[in-house]
Amino acid sequence: MPDSQLEHAQTLIKLGQPEKNTWALSRVDDALPQARPVIVPLALWLDNSTDSQLAPWLSSDTELTSDLVKRLGDAPLIAIDFPSFTDGRGYTLARLLRERYGYQEEIRAIGDVLVDQLYYMSRCGFDALALREDQHLDDALRALGAFSVSYQPGVDVKEALFERRLREERRT
Amino acid sequence: MYRYDTYDQTLVDERVAQFRDQMERYLAGRLGEDEFRPLRLQNGLYIQKHAPMLRIAIPYGMLSSRQLRALAAITRRYDRGYGHFSTRQNLQLNWPALEDIPDILGELAKVQMHAIQTSGNCIRNTTSDQFAGIAEDEIEDPRPWCELIRQWSTLHPEFAFLPRKFKIAVTGAKEDRAAIQVHDIGLRLWRDDNGELKVKVLAGGGLGRTPMIGDVVCEDLPWQHLLTYLEACVRVYNQFGRRDNKFKARIKILVKALGIEEYRRRVEAEWTHLKDGPQTLTQAAVDAARAHFPEPERRPVPEQAIADFERLRADNRAFARFVTNNVTAHKVAGYKAVTLSLKRREHAPGDVTADQMEAVANLADHYSFGEVRVTHEQNLVLSDVPVDQLESLWQELDALGMANPTVGTLNDIICCPGGDYCSLANAVSIPIAQALQERFESLDFLYDLGPLDLNISGCMNACGHHHVGHIGILGVDKKGEEYYQVSLGGNATDDASLGKILGPSFYREDIPDVIDKVLNVYVEQRHDDERFLDTYRRIGLKPFKERVYA
Repeated sequence: MPDSQLEHAQTLIKLGQPEKNTWALSRVDDALPQARPVIVPLALWLDNSTDSQLAPWLSSDTELTSDLVKRLGDAPLIAIDFPSFTDGRGYTLARLLRERYGYQEEIRAIGDVLVDQLYYMSRCGFDALALREDQHLDDALRALGAFSVSYQPGVDVKEALFERRLREERRT
Repeated sequence: MYRYDTYDQTLVDERVAQFRDQMERYLAGRLGEDEFRPLRLQNGLYIQKHAPMLRIAIPYGMLSSRQLRALAAITRRYDRGYGHFSTRQNLQLNWPALEDIPDILGELAKVQMHAIQTSGNCIRNTTSDQFAGIAEDEIEDPRPWCELIRQWSTLHPEFAFLPRKFKIAVTGAKEDRAAIQVHDIGLRLWRDDNGELKVKVLAGGGLGRTPMIGDVVCEDLPWQHLLTYLEACVRVYNQFGRRDNKFKARIKILVKALGIEEYRRRVEAEWTHLKDGPQTLTQAAVDAARAHFPEPERRPVPEQAIADFERLRADNRAFARFVTNNVTAHKVAGYKAVTLSLKRREHAPGDVTADQMEAVANLADHYSFGEVRVTHEQNLVLSDVPVDQLESLWQELDALGMANPTVGTLNDIICCPGGDYCSLANAVSIPIAQALQERFESLDFLYDLGPLDLNISGCMNACGHHHVGHIGILGVDKKGEEYYQVSLGGNATDDASLGKILGPSFYREDIPDVIDKVLNVYVEQRHDDERFLDTYRRIGLKPFKERVYA
């Protein structure tokens, strides 16, 4: 396929900091692009996973079967697509990959990735955020730090606030 | 009631700052209309027919007098000096200016209030029994559990973009006053033979366009696992609920499509991974939540005062009417809960002026430990009134126009704001309520009819809960004209049921006559003390239908 169809996110936030994006993204189902490294649709990656310069992206309706999870363990990074920012399935996928299946490499949010959802994404285990092109980096970095406290445990905080309160009370 | 610590306060303050930033970006054109919409909705802000509408959260209906005064001040400064209590125990402002919303949220945060998740496709304000903590039939006070759920669900990172809105209701009493069978998740706290606290979990109930009664997912969940189990329930919904059609996106459609067995199987499969995780509740965590809801320091009420109260009740007919209808038994002898009726012909059901809010705040301080509760029937409750003060409270309420002795009668209508305010509505609802209140205002007639829930919604979104009214009225639109459909036999309490449509819909002006005919059939056919609902269940729709369409 011609590499002219590739997407290349300009603005990537990795672990809370702006970073140059090295991975191209292809949404074409039936042909591998020339460029490397490149993120390709899951099915295409499954057929070519020995190429360490390839990584899969998951659509939001992906079901994490045990077979798939085993294969994904080899991926150098996993991208999860937000077809629309109102599709909340990607949050669950990221949490399952991190918390249940112990995936350690980068989990990247792609697609309709907007400033005002970044905080939730980071709490669910996304450590790389490929912002939609029109989003402002300054807004994004500010939005990531919108909250200094949360009630629930997540990928970032392992303790529920009710437990933290009890722990702090015991100490005083 | 629950008091914020620095963590709660920090979170709410940061939420205000976040929304102020979002509003600025929206007004500056850096945030598009479609992208701003879910953000504003999750802060309670709708764009309505005449103006924005702001829905303020009142967690499980509990308000302090200080908060009520702050609400009064907000309605005066930013609105038109009144607010509307909704069927979900919240308060709605109908006329705020868009650019003032961050300031209003800032004012709310000063009194430990917010509008977080009062709208949008997320977990909404948890609702409960207005007599929590004082009901004679209570097994477990639901408020600490509601608070634990409030915290768990507030800004939950995984569940901010569910397929559709998600409502949880909790009851801890024998009688369900929280309508748990018509919520996305309904929770009933109960104790087994060994005194162990368990939670019965229902899922898939709801009103709206496709009304359904919830199914049991788990009969006897040990309390320690409440939050992890809820997380599993919502996660399965988030993954598998439909997102292609907003009218089929509620959890009830998923539960029906999968069948309750399959939904339960998926929840349990999910839960095996979450069970015993970091959100597992400990005795210490529950005790800490319970410590926010201590018994108030009630003074003993002398035997003589109780006797005097009973004598006054026997001697004074007007007082007796008030006590029979608006006063509820209390678990502590000498105390009563008093329902303040917000159903008067001059106001829309649930509407309260700023002056009235302040007056109620004063009454709460004087008579009931400074606390007020909002009911899903759109009334207010003072939960701890000693009987030797009931007479003076009654007189003060009468002066305020809040002593209508009609709670639980046909006149105690549940009603959404309807087409007068709401951009979703097909038809007006408030004028229907007012016409009915005018037509059926004779107290003797109302009392003769006995307990009767009449609920009105201006469209099939069912904010007025018409499906579960003994009599339900629904506004429908036919080629741009307003019509009204009448249904009979709904019920929101323990033996919950959904009303059946009587037949073809009616013109607005015919509704009082139609209801009159329905009531006449009941009066003619009832046995002894039979409630309207029971007569309907015995004789069915047919006799009503024959009379109305004769």
